[in-house]
Amino acid sequence: MKPESPVEVHKTRLLTLLVIGGNVVGNVLLSHGMRQVGKIVSASPLDYIRAFANPWAVLGVLVLIFWMISDLALLSRADLSFVLPITASSYVLIAIAGHFLLGERISSIHWAGIVVITLGVVLAEETPARTTNGRREALL
Amino acid sequence: MRWILVGVIAICNTLGDVLNTAGMKRQGELESLDARSLGHMLARIVQNALVLGGLGALTVSFFALLSLLSISNVSFAVPATAMSYILETLLAKYILKEQVKWRRWAAVTLVAGGVVLLSL
Repeated sequence: MKPESPVEVHKTRLLTLLVIGGNVVGNVLLSHGMRQVGKIVSASPLDYIRAFANPWAVLGVLVLIFWMISDLALLSRADLSFVLPITASSYVLIAIAGHFLLGERISSIHWAGIVVITLGVVLAEETPARTTNGRREALL
Repeated sequence: MRWILVGVIAICNTLGDVLNTAGMKRQGELESLDARSLGHMLARIVQNALVLGGLGALTVSFFALLSLLSISNVSFAVPATAMSYILETLLAKYILKEQVKWRRWAAVTLVAGGVVLLSL
C-alpha cells in the first residue's frame, strides 16, 4: 500500500473529526431532550415516539443520522481497526460535555476511564489509517 | 434473558460494523466531502447489500440495547460494548485482512478497559 498524500490524510482526519463531533453533539442533544421528556419505562413503541415531540430529541436524532452517514464515509477510507479506537474518544468527550453542559458528576474511576481511553486513542492515532489496498481485495 | 441480550448486542454490533466496512470498501472511497459526492455515496449505499445488511444488524443491536436497558441498568450493557471492540478487531484482522499490529491491539484493549471503567 503506497503512503497516502497529505491531502488524502487531511480528508480522512476531517471525516474522523466529523464522526466524533456528530456522535458527541447528537448524544448530548438527545440526552438533554430525553431528560425534558422524562422517564420512559414502557414496552409500547408509542411511548418512545412521544419523545419525538421534543425538539432537542429530534435535533439529536438528526445529528445522529448525520453521524451514521459520516461513519460510513469514514469506513470507506479507513480501517475498522483504526476507526474503532479513534472514535472511542467520543466517550471521553461525551463524559466531559455531560459534566460541563448537563452537570453530570465525574467520579475518580470515571476520570481513570477517561485517561485510559485517551491513551488508547493516542496509540491508535500513531498507526496508518488504512492498511488494505484497493476496493476488491478486502473481502467477503 | 439479560445475558442473551448482551450476546445479541455484541454479535449484531460486530456483524454490523464488519459488514459496513466490507461494503464501503467494496463501494470505493468517498473522494470528496462535498454534498454531491455524499449524495452519490448515499445513492449507492441503498443498492449495497453488505451495507444494508450491516445497518440491519446495527438496528437489531439498538433495539436489543433498548430492551436490555429496560430490564437492567446501563452498566450491564457495557460488557457487550467492550466485547464488541475485541471481537471487531479480531474480525478486522482475519476477515477484512487489516494489519493489526501491537499498537492497535494495545489501543483497542485500553479503549475496552476504559469503557468498563467509565461504566462503574
